[in-house]
Amino acid sequence: MLHTVNKSPFQTRTLESCLRHALPGSAVLLIEDGVYAAMQGTPIADKVRAAMEQVRFYVLGPDLEARGMDGDKVIEGIEIVDYGGFVDLTIEYGTVQSWL
Amino acid sequence: MSEVTGGVEMEEETGGTVKKFMFVNRKAPYGTIYALEALEVVLISAAFDQDVSLVFLDDGVYQLKKGQHTKAVDMKNFSPTYRALEGYDIDKLYVEKESLEQRGLTPDDLVVDVQVLSADEISKLMAEQDVVLSF
Amino acid sequence: MKFGILVNEGPFQHQASDTAYHFVKAALEKGHEVHRVFFYHDGVNNSNKLSEPQQDDRNIVQRWSKLAQEHGIDLVVCVAAALRRGIKDEILAPGFRISGLGQLVESGIQADRLVVFGD
Repeated sequence: MLHTVNKSPFQTRTLESCLRHALPGSAVLLIEDGVYAAMQGTPIADKVRAAMEQVRFYVLGPDLEARGMDGDKVIEGIEIVDYGGFVDLTIEYGTVQSWL
Repeated sequence: MSEVTGGVEMEEETGGTVKKFMFVNRKAPYGTIYALEALEVVLISAAFDQDVSLVFLDDGVYQLKKGQHTKAVDMKNFSPTYRALEGYDIDKLYVEKESLEQRGLTPDDLVVDVQVLSADEISKLMAEQDVVLSF
Repeated sequence: MKFGILVNEGPFQHQASDTAYHFVKAALEKGHEVHRVFFYHDGVNNSNKLSEPQQDDRNIVQRWSKLAQEHGIDLVVCVAAALRRGIKDEILAPGFRISGLGQLVESGIQADRLVVFGD
């Protein structure tokens, strides 16, 4: 299963809800304002790192770039993908749940 | 029937396929229209004979709160509709235990009989679905 | 692979319609099929041909129309949500049609993946 999160973790608890329901072996893709959760050096980063022990994380590169967020400062282990990569993830991981 | 289903001739177009559809309700009623319009899709889905379940998470549990009176805000009180779902053969209503507890609610506070499941149980159910619709 | 898409937000106000568009384009470029994009909630406003963005901005409505025409994608606007918001046949951009919610459920049945974009 692929989970997408499009909200900033500093604004809503959507990411937390997602992480509570992402089973081991599933994946989380951060898009739109959700990409801020992918950055190092925030209190959220520790939660994301903990979740990454069981769940793969991806972040949408075009949304990072649009927001001036540096790909080099993305948490190590989170893979940056483009829209084509987003499409591939939906195929690889099956049913998509968008945490809106 | 075709008016209800949007002109879809079901036998022809869907070939008797039965998929697992889950509607994930995470938003409170009235503040935004998502809960009401989600319910409209749920009702239509009943006409397609699919395996439909509804999950109420986070603020979505407030959709089911008893005692909604919307007269003073002049909006349609759609909470009785959840009780009518059974008549459409939609009887898989799941509420997340953690979301209820966080909000100080119990199943007695809800307008309809639901199954209360843990986050873990809901996660497993979600992972079994073919289609997850969230609004 | 066959995709169905649900767009729940209007253009410009939220990025959902943009993300959905880029997703659809990428899927097509990879040789997949996108059989339908269903517009619901304020998403119905993506079909309004009266939309006039500033010249240096993207034209979200026209962009959907063009993609639909080039790739034969069915752009369906929910009738109930559209009527509420004053979206009628007279103001529909090319490639869009108004129909019932059954089209969304049908898309879920027919597509290999249904992907939701919203707020």
